[in-house]
Parts: sequence; C-alpha cells; structure tokens
Amino acid sequence: MEYFTLFMSAVIVNNFVLTRFLGLCIFFGVSKNLDASLGMGVAVTSIMTLSSALAWAVHHYVLHPQGLEFLTTAVFVVLIACFVQLLEMIIRKYSPTLYNMWGIYLLLIATNCIVFGVPVINAESGFNFTQSIVNSFGSGVGFALALVLMASLREKLRYADVPKPLEGLGIAFILAGMLALSFFGFSGMIPT
Amino acid sequence: MQKIWYTFYKGLFEMNPIFKLALSLCPALAVTSTVVNAFAMGIAVTFVLTMNNIVVSIFRNYVNPKVRVPVYITSIATIVTVTQLVLEAYFPAIFQALGIYLALVVVFAIILARAEVFASKNNVFYSALDGFGMGIGFMIAMLLIGSIRELFGSGTLAGISVMPDMYNPALIMILPPGAFLLIGILIGMFNLIGQYQDKAKEEKMQNERMQKLALQRGE
Repeated sequence: MEYFTLFMSAVIVNNFVLTRFLGLCIFFGVSKNLDASLGMGVAVTSIMTLSSALAWAVHHYVLHPQGLEFLTTAVFVVLIACFVQLLEMIIRKYSPTLYNMWGIYLLLIATNCIVFGVPVINAESGFNFTQSIVNSFGSGVGFALALVLMASLREKLRYADVPKPLEGLGIAFILAGMLALSFFGFSGMIPT
Repeated sequence: MQKIWYTFYKGLFEMNPIFKLALSLCPALAVTSTVVNAFAMGIAVTFVLTMNNIVVSIFRNYVNPKVRVPVYITSIATIVTVTQLVLEAYFPAIFQALGIYLALVVVFAIILARAEVFASKNNVFYSALDGFGMGIGFMIAMLLIGSIRELFGSGTLAGISVMPDMYNPALIMILPPGAFLLIGILIGMFNLIGQYQDKAKEEKMQNERMQKLALQRGE
C-alpha cells in the first residue's frame, strides 16, 4: 500500500512536468506529434528506472560510506551520461530494430533534467532501493502521461485559429498551464 | 569595439536564452515565485556560464573533438559543485529555497549550448563576454517573471509590500499553472515586439531604397 501511494503520488500529484517543471525541453520539443511522444515516454520511463537503480547503488555503496556526498552532482551526471551512451551502443549492436525506434531519443535523454533529477531527488529523500525504483518508475509514467496528453491537445490545435504572435511555443505554454490547472485538482488527494 | 559590444549585447534581447532560444525553461518556471530566488538563480547561472566558457575556451585546442561532450559535462559539474558549496556555506536560506534546481544547473541546455557553439571556437576574452552576456540575459528574464509573479501572487516585491491593502492576492500566480500561463503570454509579447521591429526595419530599408532611386533619377 505504501508503494502504491508513492507511485500514485509520483504519477499524478507531484507530476514531474506539470508541478515540478522538469523535462520541459523534451516536453515542448517532442509533443508536436503523438507517435514520437509515445516513443519518448517509453524511452524516458525505462532509462530513468534503470539509471536511478544504478545511481542508488553508487550513492549507497560508494559515496555515502566514504563521506563523499558533496560529489553527488558531479558523479551522477557523468554516470548517467556514460550509462545512456553505453546502452545506445549495446542496443545498436544487438537489436537494430529497437535502435531504429528508439535511437534518436536516447541521445536527447543523455543529459536531461528529468533523467538527472530523479536520482538526485531519491538520494535527497533517503529512499531505500524499492522506494527509489517505484518513485522513478512512477515519475516516468507521469511524464509519459503528460507528454501524450499534450501531444493530443496540440494535434487538435493544428486546425485552430491561433493569434499570430502566440503561434508555436506561446500557445503551447498556455495549454500546459490549463493542463497543470486540471492536474492541480488532484493535490491533497494523498495525505503527506 | 563593435564586435565586443555585440558579443555581450546579443544575449540580452536578440538571443535571450529564455524568450528567444527557449532553452533552460525549468528554472524559469520553478524558482521564480519570488524576486529574491529568481535573482539568486540568475547570479548562479551567470557565474557558471562565464566560468565554464572560460574553461572550455582555454582547453579548446587540447580536447579531442570525439570526447568533447563528456569533458564539457565534467567541467560544468565541477563549477556547479563549487557554487553549491559556496551557497550552502554563506547563504543557507537561499540554498534551501533553490533546492534541487541548483543541482540541475548541470544539465541546463544553455550552458552546454554556449560551450559547444561559442566557447569551443573563440578566444578566452570573447568567450567570457559571451557567457556573461547570456547569463545577464537569463537573469533579466528571470527577474521579469519573478517580479510579475510575486507582485500579483502575494502583493509584495522582494518581500516588501507594495500593493494596497485591499488587493486580494491571486494565488494562481505563485502556483505552477500561473507560471505556465505567464510565460506563454510573455513569449507572445516578445514575438509581437519582434514583429513590429521587423516591420519598422523593412519600411526604413524601403524608404532608403526609394530615396536612392529618386537621387539616381535626379542625376
């Protein structure tokens, strides 16, 4: 039950994009079409879960016992960038089909606030291994949900009559504001 | 001289990181609920941008292009760690308020972008100037968003009450949805101003062309 609460809180109440503003570059860049945003959502969720497991291990077995916690930022960012690059090479070698579907997203993810932010949040909250995994998976699902919703909205917008200066990014932000407002209705659903 | 000025000036409006390039939007929304936080974030980013541009520019001839991105990331991470430690030691309240977003400076697209586009090709002086200009442009945008949000959201400016007592603060401006709406409107306004400027420039050029034509005919 505790894990379910944690999961739901990461997906809806503390949605990464709409209440914590992480991963906005991807959010506004990819949400122009629905297929791409679906692929991106899956890619981010899986990478985030794997990399936060790795980061938890490094934090728990290396940094914390040695008293090197002030290096967390530097170690995590290098770790995640290397991990994503390695994953890209492995996928390209063993599964070209998967690489064709995913490959372009992997490079975008390598240094991104959402993939980097979750391990830092896990480390700061002092989560144990299972909690970290649940939290990262939930955050990934929440990101994918917001991305797919936004992409569907923007596809509808294509035939709408938008004022000229607001075209593109401007209206996308206002749309995201509306979306955030509706997600805000969920706050207070989970007692903290 | 003109080139020096332009290197600095272009970051302020013409290539403003937030409104024009639409890079590093996360902090623009997350830490702008008060002016003080926005200002602190602006200072931190300006410092990191300038220092990183200097470092990248010094080592630009020694780094193998194949490994340049990991080198840049390591350099940025080191500078950000220094910033974090200094803030934690001397300004604990601000460090608390910025929270995770200070660590996230490491992955700001604007810092990596300036290192890749500018500092890896130019000498130390111009690179430092470019980083400084971009940082100031970022800070201007942060302060603009921060003051509007604080003014309407809690009726104060940098902690000092400025609105009349009867003003009822619009809480939405402090909350996440308000940040999205405000930035959307501000981007629209920037575009509108840009359009007018373009139109004015075009008209001016057309006038000059007509005058030249008239002169030629007169001769």
